[in-house]
Amino acid sequence: MNFLIIFILIPVIMLLSLFAARNRKQILAIMVTGSIALVAASVYLVIRYVTENDTTTGTMLFTSTHMWYKPLNIGFSLGVDGVSVAMLCLSSVIVLTGTFISWNIQPLTKEFFLWFCLLSLGVFGFFITTDLFTLFMFYEVALIPMYLLIGIWGSGKKEYSAMKLTLMLMGASSLLLVGILGIYFSAGAVSMNILDIANIHIPLDKQLFFFTLTFIGFGVLGALFPFHTWSPDGHASAPTAVSMLHAGVLMKLGGYGCFRVSIYLMPEAAEILAPLFLVLTATGVFYGALSAIHQRDLKYINAYSSVSHCNLVLFAILMLTRTAMTGAVLQMLSHGLMTALFFALIGTIYQRTHTRMINEMGGLMKVMPFLGVAFVIAGLASLGLPGLSGFVSEMTIFIGAFENADIFRRVLTIIAISSIVITAVYILRMVGKFLYGPIQNEQHAALTDAVWYEKLAVVILIAGIAYIGMFPLGLSDMLNESLSLIK
Amino acid sequence: MDSFSNFLFMRSEVSLLVVILALLVFDLTAGKRGMRYFQPIAIILLAIHTILHLLPHEAGIAFGGMYTYTPMAGVVKTILNIATLIIFLQAEAFNSERMSNKKGEYYFLTLVTLLGFYFMISSGHFLLFYIGLEMASIPIATLAAMEKQSKRSAEAGAKYILMAAFSSGIMLFGISYLYGTTGTLYFADMPALISANTLQIMAFVFFIAGMFFKISLVPFHLWTPDVYEGAPTNVTSYLSVVSKGAAVFALALLLYRVFSNIIEQWQSILYGLIIISITLANLFAIRQKNIKRFLAFSSISQAGYIVLGIIGGTPFGMTTLVYYIFVYLFSNLAAFGVITIIENRTGKVNIPDYKGLYSTNPRLSFVMMLSMFSLGGIPPFAGFFSKFFIFAAAMEQGFYILVLIAVINTIISLYYYLLVVKAMFIDKNEHPIPSLRTDSYNKASLIFCTAGILLVGIFSIFMEKIELFSFAMIQ
Repeated sequence: MNFLIIFILIPVIMLLSLFAARNRKQILAIMVTGSIALVAASVYLVIRYVTENDTTTGTMLFTSTHMWYKPLNIGFSLGVDGVSVAMLCLSSVIVLTGTFISWNIQPLTKEFFLWFCLLSLGVFGFFITTDLFTLFMFYEVALIPMYLLIGIWGSGKKEYSAMKLTLMLMGASSLLLVGILGIYFSAGAVSMNILDIANIHIPLDKQLFFFTLTFIGFGVLGALFPFHTWSPDGHASAPTAVSMLHAGVLMKLGGYGCFRVSIYLMPEAAEILAPLFLVLTATGVFYGALSAIHQRDLKYINAYSSVSHCNLVLFAILMLTRTAMTGAVLQMLSHGLMTALFFALIGTIYQRTHTRMINEMGGLMKVMPFLGVAFVIAGLASLGLPGLSGFVSEMTIFIGAFENADIFRRVLTIIAISSIVITAVYILRMVGKFLYGPIQNEQHAALTDAVWYEKLAVVILIAGIAYIGMFPLGLSDMLNESLSLIK
Repeated sequence: MDSFSNFLFMRSEVSLLVVILALLVFDLTAGKRGMRYFQPIAIILLAIHTILHLLPHEAGIAFGGMYTYTPMAGVVKTILNIATLIIFLQAEAFNSERMSNKKGEYYFLTLVTLLGFYFMISSGHFLLFYIGLEMASIPIATLAAMEKQSKRSAEAGAKYILMAAFSSGIMLFGISYLYGTTGTLYFADMPALISANTLQIMAFVFFIAGMFFKISLVPFHLWTPDVYEGAPTNVTSYLSVVSKGAAVFALALLLYRVFSNIIEQWQSILYGLIIISITLANLFAIRQKNIKRFLAFSSISQAGYIVLGIIGGTPFGMTTLVYYIFVYLFSNLAAFGVITIIENRTGKVNIPDYKGLYSTNPRLSFVMMLSMFSLGGIPPFAGFFSKFFIFAAAMEQGFYILVLIAVINTIISLYYYLLVVKAMFIDKNEHPIPSLRTDSYNKASLIFCTAGILLVGIFSIFMEKIELFSFAMIQ
């Protein structure tokens, strides 16, 4: 029995016990126990991984295959490398904090957490599997709960956003479906396991076609410009915990899939097609940041900032150097924690002020100092202050990107770097407007600061950001080794 | 083989015939009080028949090749049995005041239709094939027109019988040409005599057009929405699952066994029809308000997907086709079960009526949602697996563009399936459908369907069993 299966078992058990739960107390107990168990499992996984990992080869650990559908060689194959271990840790932390943030979700508490669990089941399954079919299956399992989570518990024009998000992401997954079937058949139809297919050379003409399909397929979830339009609407309408999980983890599925499937399996096509997608992603980085300046709604600002940061992930992956890819994974982790923190804070503030427009708020630092300070920390991490996670990841990405000596890539890199300046503009302006200055709305003066469960979630996320920012070496070494598999 | 052992060889048909006759006798002898037990007796008898049918049965031919039995046909018959059983469980409409005097006829005619499909699937000769087809078509027209007071029901019956007669005529015309050019009607002898000469291609086109009427592929689909809407819901579900499943399997059988020499010709015909069927039906489905019409268009597009499985002409394609029918049975009957309950209690059949259903009937909405997700191909429900395998079968033969078009169409279909989910879960309603009580038979059928949707995909055993037989069938 493979140890990794526990990451699927825990959410399944949570789902079943939620079905049986009778009142809110039981539901919360199940959620907290389950998500703490997930965090414990991922900590245990990290320890085992670090002790058992052979630092020279960087192969997958804990691999096992259980044949599932024989006619198509579909196996339930599991296995992790440093990247997936890091992603599993991130996901479990976000599920835990997401649970705390949705402590008072109303109405239909039980249903909310049922879908929430199904979503996390998909996410965990995605990161532990090495089989194309199962990968795709878990990817879709993670997507569909979003429709109901946004549609029922969301705010604003939630029905429109939910439908747009679902259809765009499902549309992307349809490209993906053709892509993975194409990879399977052009690799000789002997195995669906990614590790086996990597040893087979796929003909170049097929590679070009299926690289495009899979890269766009995963890229849409990773907010690849110009297919990012679902993201701001979706994030703005989603309930807080869902925004956290979605921006924090789900969008990482896109980046992870891009290099695990597209680049790993079809390296030649990646070399050829990289310039095309680099232009798109560099545009996305710049455009996302510019759009964020224009927004007045806190969630929209953060959503566009996410677009910018996620495009940076894809940008770094496409640079095809190991340093840049390490940076990409670091950026995924850093952005995951940071955005989750942002959304958690926006959600808690919105619960109190009932508005997310920055020009309707002001001076909130005096009223809720804890949330205010946390918001400033998140902002500083986002604009890349040394000592926090954003600096480490962006630095690594840009160094890695500059390893490519050609003018084309360097120009694009400079464009991408310039987005940091824009980020500073919108973050500082946002923080300055609604946290400092005089109190705009008299009613806001009487608001309370965060309560314990909100504080707990915020503290956990800040600890994660600070950890990556201050002790990045162990983490980046682990990622770097694992990426030797790919590049 | 003497004639007695010939009949013994056809034991699945014989046992079904016994069930039919037993019900007929019961209908004649039971008084008003006895009729109350009609539904349970029909269910029990059919269940016994279904279980007997699972007993091993050797492959072979009877009546000099008129009748053939292959394990694959056995699997399909089992699938049809299960579907009919579920439909009988949902037949509460025929217990109501309005329809209870039709009870005997309903069960009798439905089973006669099933017998017709049996013959159609197992035939080894165009004559038996045609007899089976007609035996299945004419009772369906009667069933569709069963609601005497309803104009729509009469319209449905008339439309169906006219269309069936017309398509049978076209098909017979094709068969006569086939006979003229080959001199035989046996499936086994025909492939060697068929080459791609013009007359035979023409005969094939006529024949296949008749089949497409039965499967209701675009542009032969025009009868479908009206008949689905007008017929009693139970009959609609029978049409959409059993009738369609049997016809598609028969089509696949003929394409593989009889017309294997002109595979290039039928591939190009199917190629075009699949694209327009899936796309047009999807676009029309979006506009529907009546949920039965909605499911009619959805079933047309599903038929396109089913046919996509066999376009490659491979044994694996046949596996995916049968597996798809199996999964489709659970998904579609779950939806029809919910619709029947709501229609019988409240008379409401429009999608806007379903608004806010979750607040009053959480279980029904849940089943309906599962069914919609399964039809839309969302994992981990069974529909995802069946769709994936269908696409895999076509991709294997290099139909990349066709699969891409079909897959993109699944997104359109997901949109309208989600509209139903949205109505039930998200939309607010001042006067939602009140909380309904479900009778125990219907409840059992819904539990059965839910179990099917949840388990058939995750456990690979079903697919592997079908796969086992599909290779045997081709040889």
